[in-house]
Amino acid sequence: MRWIIDFLNSSIGKKIIVSFTGIFLCSFLLVHLSGNFLLFRSDQGEAFEVYSKFMSTNGIIGFLEIGLALGFAIHIFNTLRLTLENKRARPVPYAVNKASENSSLTSRTMFYSGLLVLSFLIIHLKSYFWEHRIVGSDLTMYQSVVESFKDPVYGGFYVFAMVLLGLHLNHGFESAFQTLGLNHKKYTPIIKFLGLLFSIIVPAGFASMPIYFFIYQ
Amino acid sequence: MKLDSKIPDGHISEKWYKHRFQLKLVNPANKRKYSAIVVGTGLAGASAAASLAELGYNVSAFCYQDSARRAHSIAAQGGINAAKNYQNDGDSVYRLFYDTVKGGDYRAREANVHRLAEVSGNIIDQCVAQGVPFAREYSGYLDNRSFGGAQVSRTFYARGQTGQQLLLGAYSSLSKQIGLGNVKMFTRHEMVELVVINGRARGIIARDMVSGKIERYVADAVLLCTGGYGNVYYLSTNAKGSNATAIWRAYRKGAAFGNPCYVQIHPTCIPVSGDHQSKLTLMSESLRNDGKVWVPKRGDDTRNPSDIPEADRDYFLERKYPSFGNLVPRDVASRNSKQVCDEGKGVGGSKLAVYLDFRDAISRLGKPKIEERYGNLFQMYEQITAEDPYKTPMRIYPAVHYTMGGLWVDYNLMSTIPGLFVLGEANFSDHGANRLGASALMQGLADGYFVIPYTLGGYFAEGGLDKVTTEHEAFQAAENEAKGRLDRLLSINGTKSVDYYHKALGKIMWDNVGMSRNAKGLEEAIKKIKEIREEFWQNVRVLGANEEINQSLEKAGRVADYMELGELVAKDALQRNESCGGHFREEYQTEENEARRDDENFSYVAAWEYKGDDAEPVMHKEPLQFEYVKPSQRSYK
Amino acid sequence: MKLTLKVWRQKDAKSKGDFKTYELSDVSPDMSFLEMIDILNEKLIDSKEDPIAFDHDCREGICGSCGLYVNGRAHGLKRGITVCQLHMRSFNDGETVWIEPWRAKPFPVLKDLIVDRSPLDRIMQAGGFISARTGSAPDAHAVLIDHDTAELAMDAAACIGCGACVAACKNASAMLFVSAKVSQFALLPQGHPERESRVLAMVAQMDKEGFGSCTNTGACEAECPKSISITNIARLNREYLKAVIK
Repeated sequence: MRWIIDFLNSSIGKKIIVSFTGIFLCSFLLVHLSGNFLLFRSDQGEAFEVYSKFMSTNGIIGFLEIGLALGFAIHIFNTLRLTLENKRARPVPYAVNKASENSSLTSRTMFYSGLLVLSFLIIHLKSYFWEHRIVGSDLTMYQSVVESFKDPVYGGFYVFAMVLLGLHLNHGFESAFQTLGLNHKKYTPIIKFLGLLFSIIVPAGFASMPIYFFIYQ
Repeated sequence: MKLDSKIPDGHISEKWYKHRFQLKLVNPANKRKYSAIVVGTGLAGASAAASLAELGYNVSAFCYQDSARRAHSIAAQGGINAAKNYQNDGDSVYRLFYDTVKGGDYRAREANVHRLAEVSGNIIDQCVAQGVPFAREYSGYLDNRSFGGAQVSRTFYARGQTGQQLLLGAYSSLSKQIGLGNVKMFTRHEMVELVVINGRARGIIARDMVSGKIERYVADAVLLCTGGYGNVYYLSTNAKGSNATAIWRAYRKGAAFGNPCYVQIHPTCIPVSGDHQSKLTLMSESLRNDGKVWVPKRGDDTRNPSDIPEADRDYFLERKYPSFGNLVPRDVASRNSKQVCDEGKGVGGSKLAVYLDFRDAISRLGKPKIEERYGNLFQMYEQITAEDPYKTPMRIYPAVHYTMGGLWVDYNLMSTIPGLFVLGEANFSDHGANRLGASALMQGLADGYFVIPYTLGGYFAEGGLDKVTTEHEAFQAAENEAKGRLDRLLSINGTKSVDYYHKALGKIMWDNVGMSRNAKGLEEAIKKIKEIREEFWQNVRVLGANEEINQSLEKAGRVADYMELGELVAKDALQRNESCGGHFREEYQTEENEARRDDENFSYVAAWEYKGDDAEPVMHKEPLQFEYVKPSQRSYK
Repeated sequence: MKLTLKVWRQKDAKSKGDFKTYELSDVSPDMSFLEMIDILNEKLIDSKEDPIAFDHDCREGICGSCGLYVNGRAHGLKRGITVCQLHMRSFNDGETVWIEPWRAKPFPVLKDLIVDRSPLDRIMQAGGFISARTGSAPDAHAVLIDHDTAELAMDAAACIGCGACVAACKNASAMLFVSAKVSQFALLPQGHPERESRVLAMVAQMDKEGFGSCTNTGACEAECPKSISITNIARLNREYLKAVIK
């Protein structure tokens, strides 16, 4: 069993775990997004309500939720650890450093874009998960969502967070494959293209909802 | 001093075979009781240290660089020769032997050269096994190319970085042994003195270049694998740190110095661009495979080279040497380039350059093929000169590159001090008066992988080694000597920097002891070197202290040795009243300006013995016998 | 050309360092960057000031000794070269040039611009080799290696161990260095018997030395004087994962 501990504590091992959890979280984003598209049905939220009921009461989903929470926790825990270690690896900074000449801004700011996405996540969980599942609310989930999207501050923050999520995904998606060693002269360009697509479409899909409700409701 | 070359009896092809049997062996269990110091971690040093450690000996290895991987073998570009005959073009051990003796202008020992040719194939096997990524054909077989001075394709290569790849192979084997604890590695350590006890080499004094500590190291044998002394000329293709201190200290302790005047001037280097020039960059000789050397027929032709039509170009190597053309040996190519420049036909701003043109090769083979063969060299050239060699011909000029001379060694690679072995470029042995391209790598690795593991064992097995420790008075004396020298350099506190004197010495050497020499110039050089040496010891300025990283002090110690070694080079050149290989005496040339050898009077190795600072060194002669390759006028026509 | 130089000066490993400013005129565009420092050093010696210490040796871009952070870039502003191959024609008259040593915890400064890169050697000692005892090798043609694989291995083997990848990486990671060696030996059949033990040992040593981890920014590849590709890092990750689960 020693080998598992060694692996989890090695620099590459930690990164591999970040990659696995990252890809897992990407799949969650897809599921979440496709569910949320029900908001656009012109049925006053009937279908969305059925969907959110199902998601919050089904036992299997509940089980998956634990997995999801763990995914987030491990992703965050390992990146925190890695970031601290990486900071320690260069105690004296350069007086002049032109990092922009050799790397992209998104790749260098993953920790910060991640941190902002996390802060969004906390607020997001507070508004929907906490209010509905823990405290209990008089409003339906649909009403609650539409209410908050009408608020320009909340909606604006939502859209801003999605932009950051896009930046995070922009580097994160292809980076995950690189870290897992999935690199190939034929397929890597495809992965990169899919990553770009993913990092635009998914956040744009989420962001379209507050924008839609802000404009049309 | 008695020079006993210990060349075994028998037919040339059986000498090494027999000798290996006759050498005594050290019992496997006893090997760990013997220790060896290896100074230098280039091809010879790294391969020797790794191989000896694999056998079970205790090895300590030293290098002045911050890592063993940085030794200057790394800069060798073109390739390594081996008599594999993979090309089915008529190569054989005997032909490689023959070519090397002939290429060396009949001034090398036949037996040594034959052994070199015999083990050449094993070297390739060994390197491939270590993961050296030699160039391959699409079939998966190893590729070969031809090289100057040979009419067969026997050169194995890894792009233009063959030296790097071979060194990294040896370095990786060395690294393994260091990791296992079989080799103790001392980086940033410079040998500053040899310790001789009861007539045997028993250790070294080294300076820790970070702390300045002067340290003592004891062993049963000392191996010097420290490369050549080309930096005597200040401008050379050697690394800035390459130096002759180890071999010079050994010379002063009684090791004979063989043929110091044999210095190779490489024909294809990037020309000097100004006074600030700190070193010269070689463009691999392999470029001559596809590049054509020419100058304009008229000296005053200032047209752009690509505008000069065929009729106005003088492809002087092809014209004078139709059978070898651009692939004549280095000494011949260098001398001819100098000659056309002396005639006023040189090109470029300084007029001290000739063109090396790839136009025809690019149109014949296509740019991608040329790029695959020489891509990194072309890039290197463009970096330095800001000219694109794919479009405009390279400008090249000869530069000091390799020293065939070095410490005299016998067939076992042992110097005249028992227990002091000398490997690679640091010894004088295999190349005679001129080294063929792609043979330096071969010799370094042959010595380290396949010669010293046998001969060192033979030396140990003969016995007679007393038990000594670093407490011995000889260590104290050597340490005092080293410290005294360093203190003296630091206390002069004069007005001129070390580089100033190094440049001054270099200029004397290049002008008077360079590509062509004459008695008057050599006598003048000897006089001038003495003067400048005296001035150096009166007026050099070395700042700082010993107990720190002090690069001026490191340089000062090396330059002090060059000041003495340069004089010996000139003396040796003066006594050798003939022209041979890299040694060209203007007084001794044929009517066609080719070198005129004098086999009757000069078919010997000149081995110089140090007799003290105030006495003249004494020259001993080791006669050379040629039983197999009959000396003839070298002809590449 | 006239230049203002801001150079990191530090007496030894224990002392605190600082930038010192030097004015240098008569800089020729044909000089290499290191020759420019040579000239400055000659001036310093003239005025009895300690010359600037910096590592350098071959001065033709292959030994890997030199390594300076020039104006915020490892080996200076041009790609694919070492700082000894950088020429002054790449600078403008009157420019201010910042010269710093490599910065990384595993590479402590020894003096001025000289750092200790021995961790890279120790990583090699841990597993950066193919165990081929001298004399034990079969004929060189015993194993065929296709041209493209040999070329890929050579691409990786071109690493000169200068440490620019570590210096340029925001995490001071040595992944490119390690991956180049692991890749070379993973690609070649000769390297296969020790494939797993090699990658595990080298990565363990790399971590022990205190290098950061790889976040795939690609800075190392961009600043590598031999332009070694980060596809090698992917191969290292793959090799590592395979070795762990095997």
